[in-house]
Amino acid sequence: MKKLELKNLYDDFRDPATIKALSALIHEEAAKLDRDIRIMEVCGGHTHTIMKYGLKQLMPPNIRFIHGPGCPVCIMPKERIDHAYILAMQEDVILVTLGDMIKVPGSKGSLQDARSRGADVRFVYSPLDTIKIAQENPDKRIVFFAIGFETTTPMSAAMIARAEKLGLDNLLVHVNHVTVPEVMRELIDSRDEHIDSYNNRIDAFIGPSHVSVIAGAKIYKEFPEKYGRPVVVSGFEPVDVMEGVLMLVRQFTQDRCELEIQYRRSVTMEGNVAAQKQIERYFEKRPLFKWRGLGNIPDSALKLRDEYASIDAEAIYRDILPIEEIEDHKLCICGDILRGMAEPTECQVFGTACTPQKPLGSCMVSSEGACAAYYKYGDLLK
Amino acid sequence: MCLSIPSKVVKIDKEKATAVVDTMGVQREVGIDFVEDEVKVGDYVLIHIGFAMNIISEEDALASIETYKEILALMDEEERRQAILDGDNCAG
Ligand code: SF4
Repeated sequence: MKKLELKNLYDDFRDPATIKALSALIHEEAAKLDRDIRIMEVCGGHTHTIMKYGLKQLMPPNIRFIHGPGCPVCIMPKERIDHAYILAMQEDVILVTLGDMIKVPGSKGSLQDARSRGADVRFVYSPLDTIKIAQENPDKRIVFFAIGFETTTPMSAAMIARAEKLGLDNLLVHVNHVTVPEVMRELIDSRDEHIDSYNNRIDAFIGPSHVSVIAGAKIYKEFPEKYGRPVVVSGFEPVDVMEGVLMLVRQFTQDRCELEIQYRRSVTMEGNVAAQKQIERYFEKRPLFKWRGLGNIPDSALKLRDEYASIDAEAIYRDILPIEEIEDHKLCICGDILRGMAEPTECQVFGTACTPQKPLGSCMVSSEGACAAYYKYGDLLK
Repeated sequence: MCLSIPSKVVKIDKEKATAVVDTMGVQREVGIDFVEDEVKVGDYVLIHIGFAMNIISEEDALASIETYKEILALMDEEERRQAILDGDNCAG
């Protein structure tokens, strides 16, 4: 086996020998524990890595992954997709959003469907492209359907700042930005009906890396300090995730409960302050936001500040945007999966009535959702 | 999915708050709104949906690029371009 020095890990983030060596270290460390450790990887990017590289199979039996809610399109409730659909169908509207949204189905269909029914929907790589579209179409209203966690929020803010500077008055925003700590808190705090007590399934967290580049690792402080759950912020490469797990397991064997950063090449405690300021300038907390699969979570999303009501598509089109909640599918157990009480394969309709082509529930919607990742890389499990 | 391929800054336009960056041979314009004060030509940055998120050390950047090289070598030109552009396009 390759001799391993942790500081040399940058050598190769996907090197199988390094991954195996880390796996051996995790086994060695976990053997000292007389309990199971359930680690939630909050971010869908991590879920994807874990499934794609078979990291789950490299864990000792007492170390398990719980797949988190960190996939921004997965958690978008149908009623908000319907908003996008309805806005797109307006005569004078060009609806602009990121590519991830293309296939996500609402109750009237996806944005791709809207497009095939004549709507002008544009999928862009960057909010910056929206500015160009607005400049080129002065007689249209451009609605940017903004999605994503703390990572993408500053880019929406920067887009608004640029539009302001250019004096563009035809660019509106429909804000669906969500925040990570609130949903983590909700998952810990939520009542576990199966055991009639608070959720005690999540023992530790792997913190999302890109979110932390912007928001700083500091946003997770409360989890070790207040909730007794250690957090290690890790990168997306398989070696990063394995090292993150090792760091967490070591906290348990050494009886520590801390916030640590594995992804030091990009993440600091403070994050990008300029980006945080930009968010602060345009956005404020929404009192309640419904997450698909998890229900209403207080303070877990952002909205435009009242001063910006004149560019808020949700306010401007209030009369045609329904607010009634649309129930999740009855058979879908995404909520349980995200709380660590079930695995995707335990769902009755997994891979049969529910597939990535025709998702019934949130975890199947994008390749970063737990069910979709199991569906795609499931062969590895057998 | 989210990749983090470091990009090298080749040109800066302070006026527009943009920079031209090179991601393993693919060049494009990105916003530098969040790194405006520090960023210099020759720096390595991580891009997320068309904006530079942060500046990373050359040592880390080169190590990271080396890894991606191996993966991207297996793809043809068009696939490579797509993978590089898609890499920082996830909403997460
Ligand atoms: S397989 Fe589909 S219906 Fe079942 S839990 Fe997953 S997303 Fe929900």
